[in-house]
Amino acid sequence: MAILITNDSKIIIQGFTGKIGTFHAEEMIEYGTNVVGGVTPGKGGQTHLGKPVFNTVKEAVKETGADSSILFVPPAFAADSAMEAADAGIKTLVAITDGIPAHDMIKVKRYMRRYKNEDRMTMVGPNCAGVISPGKCMLGIMPGHIYKEGNVGVIGRSGTLGYEAAQQMKNLDIGISTSVGIGGDPINGSSFKDHLAKFENDDETRVILMIGEIGGPQEAEAAEYARENISKPIIAYIAGLTAPKGKRMGHAGAIVSSKGESAADKVEILKNAGITIAKNPSVIGDTVQSVLNNL
Amino acid sequence: MNIHEYQAKEILTKFGVSTPRGGLAYSPENAKDRATELGGDMWVVKAQIHSGARGKAGGIIVCKSLQEVSDAANSLLGKTLVTNQTGPDGLTVQRIYIEEATDIKKEYYLGLVFDRSTESIMVVASSEGGMSIEEIAKEKPDSIIRSKVEAAVGMQSFQAREIAFALGFETKAISRCAQAILGCYKAFSSSDATMVEINPLVLTGDDHVLALDCKMSFDDNALYRIPQIAELRDKTQEDSKETYAHDRGLNYIALDGDIGNIINGAGLAMASMDMIQLAGGQPANFLDVGGGATPEKFVKAFKLISGDPKVKVILINIFAGINRCDWVAQGIVDALNQLNIDQPLIIRLAGTNVDEGIKILKDSKIKYIEAFTLEEAANKAVQALKDLGKK
Repeated sequence: MAILITNDSKIIIQGFTGKIGTFHAEEMIEYGTNVVGGVTPGKGGQTHLGKPVFNTVKEAVKETGADSSILFVPPAFAADSAMEAADAGIKTLVAITDGIPAHDMIKVKRYMRRYKNEDRMTMVGPNCAGVISPGKCMLGIMPGHIYKEGNVGVIGRSGTLGYEAAQQMKNLDIGISTSVGIGGDPINGSSFKDHLAKFENDDETRVILMIGEIGGPQEAEAAEYARENISKPIIAYIAGLTAPKGKRMGHAGAIVSSKGESAADKVEILKNAGITIAKNPSVIGDTVQSVLNNL
Repeated sequence: MNIHEYQAKEILTKFGVSTPRGGLAYSPENAKDRATELGGDMWVVKAQIHSGARGKAGGIIVCKSLQEVSDAANSLLGKTLVTNQTGPDGLTVQRIYIEEATDIKKEYYLGLVFDRSTESIMVVASSEGGMSIEEIAKEKPDSIIRSKVEAAVGMQSFQAREIAFALGFETKAISRCAQAILGCYKAFSSSDATMVEINPLVLTGDDHVLALDCKMSFDDNALYRIPQIAELRDKTQEDSKETYAHDRGLNYIALDGDIGNIINGAGLAMASMDMIQLAGGQPANFLDVGGGATPEKFVKAFKLISGDPKVKVILINIFAGINRCDWVAQGIVDALNQLNIDQPLIIRLAGTNVDEGIKILKDSKIKYIEAFTLEEAANKAVQALKDLGKK
């Protein structure tokens, strides 16, 4: 089944006609993703890459039945576009945009909560590489060919480190059910915990790989949640063992500001929750392999 | 982005938070003039650097005469202060702030921060002012009051009152304290702040509530819409190499080791640094050249890293996605043809079109050590460093 997106997902692109939106739309379509149209305010009625362009997300949803969207809107307008998607009934939104102000993300998170749980949009990102269910659907900017179809659910913050893990697994002939990039921002649409719950209920997923990093409470929260609620084996790698305290390591959220936020602290917390730790980034694939072998 | 205490106080004042009267000075004569204007017979001369804990580092001097003000200014200006927040190199004092002395009855701690687990603005307060919040959390954890602000409606008056009562303010000062808390919240929420810290907030002898010190930080992602704050940036208070990199679109952090590295993506950069350490080496820096690693960016990155006298070996690890390896390889070759790099280079390419990328590197005349995995790259970097030692 995979999570979030699958063969049947109908995708629209917000920021469709821009340079970046166009480039990645072409890549996604080539991968086989079912792109049904796009939204660029003021360009409604036009056709772009052979797909209809709409002025509003509501209109796009009404005309195409779209259930998922990917956002390439510049940071100053991205929060507004995310709320528009939530209001139009989009179920899965991937926000690629890097540089959305944190105050805006607080508003988006609050806005999403005005819908009942079952109607609420799942937002992935911002500042992420997106979501891919290999062989089915790609809603992101990743190189699709390094992901093999299979049974490992992946949740990670970083784009290129996620690619590294996918490639290591592919080299070992290990496939992925869905890979979710939750992004490197301090306040993100969804966290490790949210996707752990989805993978637990996904028949295709047998084990779950978490790729975390320094900063913030989300890895520790996921560990606590997993202890009680996840029956599938979890493997984790945490980047940033050598990162100094108080320095922001590239990602806006990658900063150790309090206890439990360093890589060493997180590794300890995850271990205590029964999660298998990949000791270094070059053995992520091998560690997943050994856990799969023990099933 | 951080700003100075006197700038933060100006902002707070606009939102109805009372602060002691004061004036900025750049010289001892200046300082004396400010003190004369303020009047009175006691002043505090405060070093303006982007750091807390200045008092312990000797950056805050109480003066009882104009001569003492002038002497204090003379001793502080140009001095480098090292605090537990500045790093070992410290920060140089270029401005000082002269304030009237305050009659303090009691000190409190007040902070507003982004709380990542509740994804909201959180007020943190304690009746144990003067200490850092870390010390308070360690020594007087029960004194800490936390209050979450509902994002949809902002802070309400009752919340500010609750905090004031919980801090133990006397009835006659409650509304003044609540006004200070609300003012800090308004300053925080209307200027894209990520932190407002008043330490200490004080109750004066005549029952007024003053922000005696203030630190404010702002969201770098929001600077485009707060130009009045963006222009307060003081580059003399930032690491010069980090500022240089930042201004060129590179994410760079200087570290203590000798293996320089150039990587695309923050997570992969941290992972590569970890591998270097596991292989027995020490990274000299964190550097993320970003997703669209263009030849121009490589030139800038190579200049930055190779110009660092600490760097003995350079490791390049690029996992190409949409920006294909052949394109990345051409960027590296173009950059190296423009520059003279003395340090041994270890290059690891992976991802889209890796074979084409490696062919471009091999066909070029650049000298480098090839690696295929992250582990191999780290091991070869450490080996190259050892080989240098043998020569």
